Amino acid sequence: MTDKPRKLRIANRDFNSRLIMGTGKFASGEIMASALEASGAEMVTVALRRADLSGQRDKFANILTFIDTKKYVLLPNTSGARTAEEACRLARLSREATASTWLKLEIHPDPRYLLPDPVETLKAAEILVKEGFTVLPYIHADPVLAKRLEDVGCATVMPLGSPIGSARGIETRASIEIIIEQATVPVVVDAGLGAPSHAAEAMEMGADAVLVNTAVAVAADPARMAEAFKAAVEAGRAAYEIGLAPKRKEAEATSPLTGFLNER
Amino acid sequence: MSFASELNSLALAELSHFAQNATVADVEAALARSEASGKRISPADFAALISPAAAQPQYIEAMAQRSHDLTLRHFGRVIRFFAPLYVSNECINVCKYCGFSRDNPILRVTLTADQVATEARYLREQGFRHILLVAGEHPHFISDDYLRDCVARLHGDWPSISLEVGPLETEQYVPIVQAGAEGLVVYQETYDRGVYDAMHVSGPKKDFGWRLETPERAYAAGFKRLGIGALLGLAPWRNEAIALAAHAGHLLKKCWMAQLTISAPRLRPAAGEFQPLAPVSDRELVQFVCALRIAFPEVGLVLSTRESAMLRDNLVPLGITMMSAGSHTEPGGYTGQGRETLHVTRGGRMIKPELPVIESEGEHATVQFEIADNRSPAEIAARLEQLGYEPVWKDWEGALNEA
Repeated sequence: MTDKPRKLRIANRDFNSRLIMGTGKFASGEIMASALEASGAEMVTVALRRADLSGQRDKFANILTFIDTKKYVLLPNTSGARTAEEACRLARLSREATASTWLKLEIHPDPRYLLPDPVETLKAAEILVKEGFTVLPYIHADPVLAKRLEDVGCATVMPLGSPIGSARGIETRASIEIIIEQATVPVVVDAGLGAPSHAAEAMEMGADAVLVNTAVAVAADPARMAEAFKAAVEAGRAAYEIGLAPKRKEAEATSPLTGFLNER
Repeated sequence: MSFASELNSLALAELSHFAQNATVADVEAALARSEASGKRISPADFAALISPAAAQPQYIEAMAQRSHDLTLRHFGRVIRFFAPLYVSNECINVCKYCGFSRDNPILRVTLTADQVATEARYLREQGFRHILLVAGEHPHFISDDYLRDCVARLHGDWPSISLEVGPLETEQYVPIVQAGAEGLVVYQETYDRGVYDAMHVSGPKKDFGWRLETPERAYAAGFKRLGIGALLGLAPWRNEAIALAAHAGHLLKKCWMAQLTISAPRLRPAAGEFQPLAPVSDRELVQFVCALRIAFPEVGLVLSTRESAMLRDNLVPLGITMMSAGSHTEPGGYTGQGRETLHVTRGGRMIKPELPVIESEGEHATVQFEIADNRSPAEIAARLEQLGYEPVWKDWEGALNEA
């Protein structure tokens, strides 16, 4: 298959870019905006706790003003919520404040590893889907949980490669492979992607998209690092669509000895 | 097991000895082990990192670099701002080092909830969205009902409200949490039982164990953010560091859903003229901050206006994640609220204000201590931007604090 790249479709929207960007940890709104631009991303996630949800255009909580919603689909996230109830409360506020029903559902009660709570996440997803949200849940690379979340109507699943910000790459490879194999919704590998090669690896595995934040935000040159991730995601995706050569133990001659038998 | 019993079984003498006598080889090994990602360093390695050997320039620089990297990875290039709001300086404790100590003949006041709201409005205009309500310890003036009223009054306007007040019972905390409080800060002051006993002459604060278990009671009541710390200058800082690290380690396991913050305030000049018994140098403070960061990559490290502008600016890249700015350490300090009810107390009881008061205090309540960084919040924010950090005023949401 060497046709032009296939688009990513989440819920009823098409995306040309398969790189989703996070907006935390940047040194300034301006630096963040330039990195988003360079990344080519069409969807960005923002922690609701950082945003002004009062509707009063609070200049001391102005992170949303740096995100051009004509260019990017805004994906508010519920970081800070420790329970389904808290996440739902934040989600409803988010809908009022941003007029968006898209939501990255994050429930990580443990501040050290920020690992998602599967029980609360499933509970919240079920409620929020019923309330009309487009839910993209952040989860462990747990194939059964991924199917359960699909069953309740989530728009994607977002398994982690390794803990948020850890830059350890895809430590959950075997489970993510199962998730991808079984999924009927897009699989977005989220968290722990510290190098463009990690992002390329996820895409080569068949992930539909990746989400990157820390590796870009804390880079010495965030915009250039964003470009590097963009290129890696495109390369990895192209390789997946074309089909990678199977791995073998032994070398295989590029000029086979029996080739003449096939010639006429 | 509560931390009080864990502290008793901690090999404090052994670890203190190691913290004094670790060799450069011990320091190098501790640094190397700390690089192994995802592993908590051992108490012995922590002791090596706070040793005199690790204070040598090449090691303190290596620690600073490591601390910087870990902080960037976990927190990014951002500093979270907060403001203390002193609601009362009444106190029934006699503590040798504290300006609010019961027997100090200072001007005192407890703000009404309305007055607290007025002071808070001023802080909100400055940009703050995270507030810390601070008070002395006085069950009559600063009751749990009073604190709940103050929190309820502010909840709608403040995404994050924390308290630093006299320890309470779990059941007393519950209504305060339900009113919208997020965090509870309680410094043990010193983890050395002997020094603690000598410093806290009388009052409920004299009970070491009661204070030590406060964070656990607060967590049980539903507080989401716990702040602990040691007041540097009372006991040898390396001993404090070891006990504080053990306390943090305990809370991270036991109160696993709480966001933990640590503070290491150094004693400042205050009424009573107490002089530090065990002064801590700038170099030692930097070493302490870096060692804490290396030991606890995810923990918030708080730096107040007790420290100078120069030191604060330089500590930002080394591991600090939360800062106060433009602080006043007296009730009514921001907008002059409560002036009309200023009074002195004797033995914790209000007496008529005709008694002579300290002349230079004018018409303000007396401060708890003098601050050292006098820059305005806007100036500090601008300076952080120059340093390549985003000052974050809002990093929480009030909806997360509802019952």
